[in-house]
Amino acid sequence: MTTFAQLLFAGIALGSVYALVALGFTVVFRATRVINFAQGEMLAFGAFLTSWLVLSGGLPFWLALVVGAGVTAGIGLAFQALVLRFALGRPDFTVVMLTLGLAAILQSAIPPLFGSNPRANGDPWGASALHAAGLVLNWVQIWSIVTAVVVLVAFYWFNRSHFGLAMRAAAADEEAALAVGIPLRRVFAVAWALAGLVACIGGVFVAGFPSTLDPTVGNVALLAFPAIILGGIDSTTGAVLGGFLIGAVQELTAGYQPQYLSWLGHNFYLAAPYVVMILVLLVRPYGLFGSRPAERL
Amino acid sequence: MTGLAVAARVGDAPPSRSLLPKDARPGWRRLWLAAIAVLGLLLPFMVNGYWLATAVFVLIAAIGALGLDVLTGRTGQISLGHAFFLGAGAYTGGVLGGRYGLSAALWIPAAAVVAGILGGLVGPTALRLRGLYLAIVTIGLVFIGQHVFVNVSYLSGGPGGEALPVPRFGRLNFATGAHVGGLFLNRDGLYYYLALVLLAGAMVYVSNVGHSRPGRAMSAVRDRELAAAVLGVDVARTKVTAFVLSSMLAGLSGALYGSFLGFVVPTQWNLTLSIQYVVMIVVGGMATVWGPVLGAAVVVGLPALLQNVSGSLPFLATGTNNHGVLTVSDASAIAYGVFLIVFLLVEPRGIVGLGRRFASLGSWFATTRQEKKADGVNTD
Repeated sequence: MTTFAQLLFAGIALGSVYALVALGFTVVFRATRVINFAQGEMLAFGAFLTSWLVLSGGLPFWLALVVGAGVTAGIGLAFQALVLRFALGRPDFTVVMLTLGLAAILQSAIPPLFGSNPRANGDPWGASALHAAGLVLNWVQIWSIVTAVVVLVAFYWFNRSHFGLAMRAAAADEEAALAVGIPLRRVFAVAWALAGLVACIGGVFVAGFPSTLDPTVGNVALLAFPAIILGGIDSTTGAVLGGFLIGAVQELTAGYQPQYLSWLGHNFYLAAPYVVMILVLLVRPYGLFGSRPAERL
Repeated sequence: MTGLAVAARVGDAPPSRSLLPKDARPGWRRLWLAAIAVLGLLLPFMVNGYWLATAVFVLIAAIGALGLDVLTGRTGQISLGHAFFLGAGAYTGGVLGGRYGLSAALWIPAAAVVAGILGGLVGPTALRLRGLYLAIVTIGLVFIGQHVFVNVSYLSGGPGGEALPVPRFGRLNFATGAHVGGLFLNRDGLYYYLALVLLAGAMVYVSNVGHSRPGRAMSAVRDRELAAAVLGVDVARTKVTAFVLSSMLAGLSGALYGSFLGFVVPTQWNLTLSIQYVVMIVVGGMATVWGPVLGAAVVVGLPALLQNVSGSLPFLATGTNNHGVLTVSDASAIAYGVFLIVFLLVEPRGIVGLGRRFASLGSWFATTRQEKKADGVNTD
């Protein structure tokens, strides 16, 4: 039972990180109807920058996090201002490919800028933990849950604000949104900046204890794909629930699979979210909470 | 964006046989093809070993890119899982050719068939999932594939990797080189001609498919799936066909690639590899036969070129990844990203589209000259 509770806590902590990462995808998707395949690399870049500011720049962690998140938000903003604005009205296909281009650039910019050796993420907690009721609760895990809750609540309010409404309108129909006077470019720019902001925060916590930060951290963000898919991309609640679900699946698999299903091989927990995702998608092609789009000729 | 706008934009890359515009005179086209064929046949005798090896990698990658183009460029199904099929082909070659010692005449086609069967198994997911969802599921395929490649050592040699055999057709042993018609060809030369023949065959085949009923069905599915279904196109069958054809070519390419490298490890069949193939078809020009070849030349040729000149470029290093050091592979990956973005924004039809622009510029000059002559204006 203690093992189960321990794994479940780890799963919730991991899930809150995934929820943060998934939120970054949903912000962009809800405004632009496009999945940002560069989200993982924005996350990695933000985490590396924050770590570098703390370890090499000597900044206090929270200040470094603010600067890192600001710069990552700036990258999102710049991508919208310099690239995506020229692709307005192009098919989704083009925009997806453009985000893949950004992913390639960011991924390869990290080693020359920050080196490719694994490094600490720069948080002040390290491996310190709170011992309670026979459980070991790492501070970084507790803080990732707290941060996720704060960000999600803030996002919930933002979504209901005037600007959030404009974002949803832009996603529903670009032309109609333009026609009623919604500044599409500004809406998209804010969406991309928010995505960068959330990416950096998520990245720092993804690389918290017991993980370290290395250039493949962007792949961890790809594990948030099952989360958003399970939830349905256009549903924020779904993305968050999907995040927690995938986190729990992954930690429980990591905890129990080597013992009971060892024939599935080492590190099966890394592939498990995708297996769950494909099974769910075969039954419900638009996710658990997603809506099936109407088709018009 | 409205559906009509999407249909108009997606459809603006018309399939064509060559770099030349449709109105180019057939005589010129034949001349071009003959020139390319002669160049292709003589290349091994014109370049040094370094560039010959690069050329082999280009031809092998072009086969795989041609496959991805069938699926993504012609049928409009975004796939990021190409690396999985390349890997599947390579390991099929490793098991059948390496462990069971079958002839290359068997393991090379078998690699294509096995990858094709896997594509046929994955294909049906594309029936339910569209666009972005399919892209994500195919990413999942890469991760699940890597898990299998690492864990099922019987098939893949496990994390340590798998040695692939060198092709051998009867007395024609690629390992030692051979005399063919009085000329001695070394290992790389033999690989070059094998890849050239297979690529040419694949190009002719894909071109024929593209210009026949299944190919038109593919374009219809790409441009507007629902409309295609209404017109009587069997969408399910078309998508699965595209998946099978695409992964067969990927398997063929993967087996040749692994064999030419000699040794493959599970980590190389990753998402980055898939993205490189996407870059190939976008930069070269989608839904064309020559586009994937030109794209492969850019994507494979660029790091080779940078490696070659890195000595004279102070900011470029050949060593390992380090802080403040820009390696050749990082520099080329950054360049791929920039190419992808610039081509999509400026010339979505890729290098082939650029070629057509220049060619039509030429014919525009020719026609205006003729018109002026017809009007009795002295053009001299």
